[in-house]
Amino acid sequence: MSNYRIQGATGEWEVVIGLEVHAQVTSNAKLFSGSATAFGAEPNSQVSLVDAAMPGMLPVPNMECIRQAVRTGIAINAQINKWSRFDRKNYFYADLPQGYQISQLYHPLVGEGSLTIEADEKAGIPEPKTIGIERIHVEQDAGKLMHDQHPTMSYVDLNRSGVALMEIVSRPDMASPAEAGAYLSKLRTILRYVGSCDGNMDQGSMRADVNVSVRRAGEALGTRTETKNVNSVRFVMAAIEHEANRQVDVLEAGGTIVQETRLFDPDTGSTRSMRSKEDAHDYRYFPDPDLLPLELTDAFVEECRASLPELPDAKRARYVDGLGLSAYNAAVLTAEVETARWFEALLSATAAAQSKGEADVAKQASNWLTSEFFGALNKAGKDLASSPISPEGAAELLALVGNGTISGSIAKAVLEKMLETGEGANAIVEREGLKQNSDTGAIEAVIADVLAKNTDKVEQYKGGKEALFGFFVGQTMKAMQGKANPGIVNELLKKALA
Amino acid sequence: MSVDTATVAKIASLARIKVSEAEVQAMVPELNGILAWVEQLGEVNVAGVEPMTAVIPNTLRLRADVVNADPLTGGDIRDAVLANAPVAEHGFFGVPKVIE
Amino acid sequence: MTNLTELTLAEIRGGVAAGTFKAVEVAESFNAAVADAQAALNAFIVTTPEAALAAAAKVDADRAAGKPLGKMAGVPIGMKDLFATKGVQTTAASKILAGFKPEYESTVSQKLWDAGAGMLGKLNLDQFAMGSSNETSAFGNVISPWRRPGDTAPLAPGGSSGGSSAAIAARLCPAATGTDTGGSIRQPAAFTGISGIKPTYGRCSRWGVVAFASSLDQAGPMARTVTDCAIMLEAMAGFDPKDATSLDMPVPDWSAALSADLRGKKVGIPREYRLDGLSADVAKSWDDGIAWLKDAGAEVVDVSLPHSKYALPTYYIIAPAEASSNLARYDGVRYGLRDLPDGANLQDMYAATRAAGFGPEVKRRILIGTYVLSAGFYDAYYTQAQKVRTLIARDFEEAFKQCDVILAPTAPSAAFALGEKSADPLEMYLNDVFSVPASLAGLPAMSVPAGVDAQGLPLGLQIIGRPFDEQGVLNAGLAIEQRAAFSAKPEKWW
Ligand SMILES: [Mg+2]
Ligand SMILES: [Zn+2]
Repeated sequence: MSNYRIQGATGEWEVVIGLEVHAQVTSNAKLFSGSATAFGAEPNSQVSLVDAAMPGMLPVPNMECIRQAVRTGIAINAQINKWSRFDRKNYFYADLPQGYQISQLYHPLVGEGSLTIEADEKAGIPEPKTIGIERIHVEQDAGKLMHDQHPTMSYVDLNRSGVALMEIVSRPDMASPAEAGAYLSKLRTILRYVGSCDGNMDQGSMRADVNVSVRRAGEALGTRTETKNVNSVRFVMAAIEHEANRQVDVLEAGGTIVQETRLFDPDTGSTRSMRSKEDAHDYRYFPDPDLLPLELTDAFVEECRASLPELPDAKRARYVDGLGLSAYNAAVLTAEVETARWFEALLSATAAAQSKGEADVAKQASNWLTSEFFGALNKAGKDLASSPISPEGAAELLALVGNGTISGSIAKAVLEKMLETGEGANAIVEREGLKQNSDTGAIEAVIADVLAKNTDKVEQYKGGKEALFGFFVGQTMKAMQGKANPGIVNELLKKALA
Repeated sequence: MSVDTATVAKIASLARIKVSEAEVQAMVPELNGILAWVEQLGEVNVAGVEPMTAVIPNTLRLRADVVNADPLTGGDIRDAVLANAPVAEHGFFGVPKVIE
Repeated sequence: MTNLTELTLAEIRGGVAAGTFKAVEVAESFNAAVADAQAALNAFIVTTPEAALAAAAKVDADRAAGKPLGKMAGVPIGMKDLFATKGVQTTAASKILAGFKPEYESTVSQKLWDAGAGMLGKLNLDQFAMGSSNETSAFGNVISPWRRPGDTAPLAPGGSSGGSSAAIAARLCPAATGTDTGGSIRQPAAFTGISGIKPTYGRCSRWGVVAFASSLDQAGPMARTVTDCAIMLEAMAGFDPKDATSLDMPVPDWSAALSADLRGKKVGIPREYRLDGLSADVAKSWDDGIAWLKDAGAEVVDVSLPHSKYALPTYYIIAPAEASSNLARYDGVRYGLRDLPDGANLQDMYAATRAAGFGPEVKRRILIGTYVLSAGFYDAYYTQAQKVRTLIARDFEEAFKQCDVILAPTAPSAAFALGEKSADPLEMYLNDVFSVPASLAGLPAMSVPAGVDAQGLPLGLQIIGRPFDEQGVLNAGLAIEQRAAFSAKPEKWW
C-alpha cells in the first residue's frame, strides 16, 4: 500500500492514477503504408499518397507492427486476441489527413495483462506492486503542426502521420507519483527488451497520457482529468504532483473537477486546460470498412512468443538465484537491456578467459562492472554504448586480476589507460611493466629493509598496536611500486613480525 | 428518434459543414423523414445475429515491413504530395494558425 | 465505310486486330461523337481526345511491329470521374475537388490502359456517386439520349454512373467504367438500354477510386453487350495488394467461357420482389425474362429473400455512415477547394470549405451518417443495420441452395424525367430497391436490356449470382440478350 497522501487543509487525500502510454512501434515502414518511419527527416518527405489521404487511397497493415504488438502483449503476460479489428476514430484536425485515426476500440489486439514494479523504500514503495494493464491496441500516429514559422499560418508536416503506435492502457492502479514513475520506467525497460519500441522519450517515441483523480480514503473514485503527451518519467511525476494538488485545492475550495484534457508545461511544472480539443468528444467510432478483421493463427502467436528474449524480471531472478549476485547488482544490471547484454557478454568472456564457470566469475564481473567500470566510464564522460572497451577487452583485464598478474589497484590504473588509449589490458601491463611481483625472496628483502628503517614502529607493533600492520603493508607496496602480490606481502610480513 | 434544429446544428458542426439557420430549418423535416424510414429496422429480430464484418469471406492480408516497396504507396514523393495543396510553403502544408 | 461508333467493343477490337480499320480512326470517330454531343448530353466533365488518340496510335504501332495486343487494344472508353487519372482532373463531380489533378492512376484505369484501351474523357456522375438520376453533379445534369415519344422533356440516364450510361447509349463510347455501391452500374444501364455488371465485392481494386461507401463500392464495366462486359471485366479485375479487401483469386477467362446454354441450371425468382404497385411493364418484362431463361434450358424455382424489405433502410444507414467518414478528408488542407473566410480559424475553414464544396445530397448523407454514428445512437442504427445486413446476406445464401442465379427487375420503373423525383430524397432512394440487396451481400449482379415499356423506354433485367460466379451471371445475361434481341436505340436529337 502506498502511503502517499496529499495533506489538504481539511484532511488527507489519496491519488488515483492511470497511464495511457503511446509507444512508437519499431518498424521500418508505417502501419498502413510503405513510407519510412525514421526520425528527423525533411518535412513531408516520408509521406505517401496513403498517408496524405489522397482520394481513393487505402490502408494495408504492416505485419511487423502487428507482430511487435503481439510480442509486447506476451511480455506483459496479456491475453492475445486472435480476432481483432481496426476502428475509425473520427475528428477534424490539421495533423489528421484522413479526418479519422485508424485505431482499435471495440476489439483490441491485446487484452488484459500486468507488470510488476519493484519495491523502493526511499520512494515510498515498500513492496513490489503489480499494476494492471487493461489493453494494448495498435493505431496510427498523427502528423505535426509547427506554429512558430509563420505569423498567420501553422505548417503541417505529415512525416509522423501513419507511424504505428501501441497504446498501452493501464488500470488506475497507481497511487503516487513514484509508482507511476516506476511503472513507466518498467514499461520502458520491457519494451526495450522486447525491441518493440526504442523508448526514446525525448524523440517522442514514448509519451504518456496521465489520468489523475483524488479522493478521501475509502471514498468512491473522483472525477479524473487527462493530461496529454507527457514525455518523460520526471514530467509524468511532476504532472501528477501538480494535478493532484490542484484538484485538492479545487475540491477543498468547494469547487468540482471538470473531466477535461489538460496540457503539461515542463517550464512551469504545471498543467492547464486544453480547450482546443474540447469540442471533439464525439468520435463516432466504427469498424474501418477498408480493413477486414485481423485474424491471427496459433503459429503466428507462437512464433512471437518464441522470438522473445529473457525478460527483465526473469533475468533479475536468475542473476540472484543462479549467479549469486546481490539484489542491488542484479537490479542495476537488468534495468537496461544494453547493460544486461554487456554484462552477459562480459560474463561469458571472463569465464572463458579464466577457464571457469560463469557462476564462479559472476561476482567478480558484476562488482567490477557496477562499481569500477561504470565509475570510470562516468568519469570519462562515456557510457556503455560509447565505451571504447568491449566486453572481451574487459574480460582480459579481469583475467589479469583473477590470475594474480596484477593487483586490483593496478587494474584501476590499467582501466584508465584502456579508456584513454583503447589499448588492450595485456599490452598495457606488458609495456609498462605492471606485472605483480610474487618473488618471495625479493619481497622478503624489501620487508627487511622497511622493518629496519622503522624500528620504533616495530616496537610499538610488538607492544600491541596491531593497527600498524597496514602501515608496513603500505610501505612495502610503495617500495615495490605497487607491484607486489598483496597476498604474499601479507603472509611474509606476518612471518617477519612474529 | 427524431432530430430538432439544435440537433441538426450539432451534427453539422460535428461534420464540419457550415449551415445557415434556414438550411437547418429545411433539413429537420428531411432528416426526420429519412430517420423515421430507416428506423423500421428496429422491428427485425436480430437476437444472436452477429453484425456483418466481411461481406465476402476473406481474411486481412498483412504486408511485409519494407520501405517504399511499391512507389505508389511509398514515401520520398514530397512534390507529388504537395502538388495539389491550396497552400504549400517550404515543404509544408499551410493552414490558418492554430492556437493550442 | 462502316460507322465505327456503331460497333461493339468486341467488333472494334477484332477490326483493329485484323487491320480492317486503324485504332486511330476509331478514336477519331468517337472523339468527334463526344464533341458533337457534349453540349446536349453533358456526359463528360472533361474530354481527353489526345489521350484517346495517343493510346490508339500506340496500338496501331504495336500491331504494325507485330507485338501482341491487349484485351482492350484499340478500344476508346469513357472513364467515370470517380477513378483517379494521373494528370487529368478527377472530381467525383464535386466542386470540392474542382481542379484536382491526381499524381497517381487508379489500379483499374491503369489495367485498362495497359490492356490497350484509350481514354475519351472523364464521365459525369452523381456527386461522390450519391444519386440515382445524375442530378447531383456539380457539373450539371447528364441528359439521357432517350426521350419519350413526342416529348422533349429531358430524362434521367440513371445514376450514379449516368455519364457512362448516357455516353454508351448515345454511341459516344463503346464501353465505360462504372462503379456500383447500391445499384449505380445496374440502374443506369437499365435506364439506357445497355448492359453492366457489378462483380463480386473485391474483384476490382478500389485503390485510386474515390470512396463513397467502402464496404459496398465495386467497379465494373458498362457496355452494349454481355460479351463486351465480360471482356472489359477481365481487363479491370484482379488482385491488388494495395487494397486490403481485394480478392486474391485468378481472373477467369469469362468471355471465352460464355455460354447461353442454361440446361441444368436453376433460376430463382424471389417472391418478395413482387412489390405491390410494381408497374405492369416491369412485371411483364420480368415474366419475359423467366420465359427466356426457361427457353435457354434453365429450371425456374421460387425462392424467398425474407429480409428484402429491410435492404434499403439498411443501406441508407451503412452507406451514409461510411461516407460521412470517407469524405472527412475533403477539408481544404491538402488538395481541392479551400474556403477561408476573413478571420477564419482552422475549424471555420473546414466548415466553410465543406459547406461550399459539397452539394446538398452529399451534405444530407454526411449528416445522416454522422448522426447514426454519434454517441448514443451507434448501436441502435449502425450495429442494428450491420446485423440486418448479415440476415440479408444469409437470405441469399439460403436461396442459392436452391438455385444458381436469381432473376429480378433491375429498377422498379423505366427512366423518369429530370426533376420528377428530386424533390423527395426518399422517393429517389426507392429507385434502388431491387439493386441494393446484392450490394449489401457483395454478390455479382448485372443488368441487361430486356425490352421497352409502353413509352418505348428501355427496361432492364437483373441477374444476381453466387459470390465469385460472374460466369453464371454473364451466361444468364447472354441467354436473355439473345432472346430479348434488344435493338432499340435513342433517336439522335442532339
Ligand atoms: Mg487515449
Ligand atoms: Zn491513442
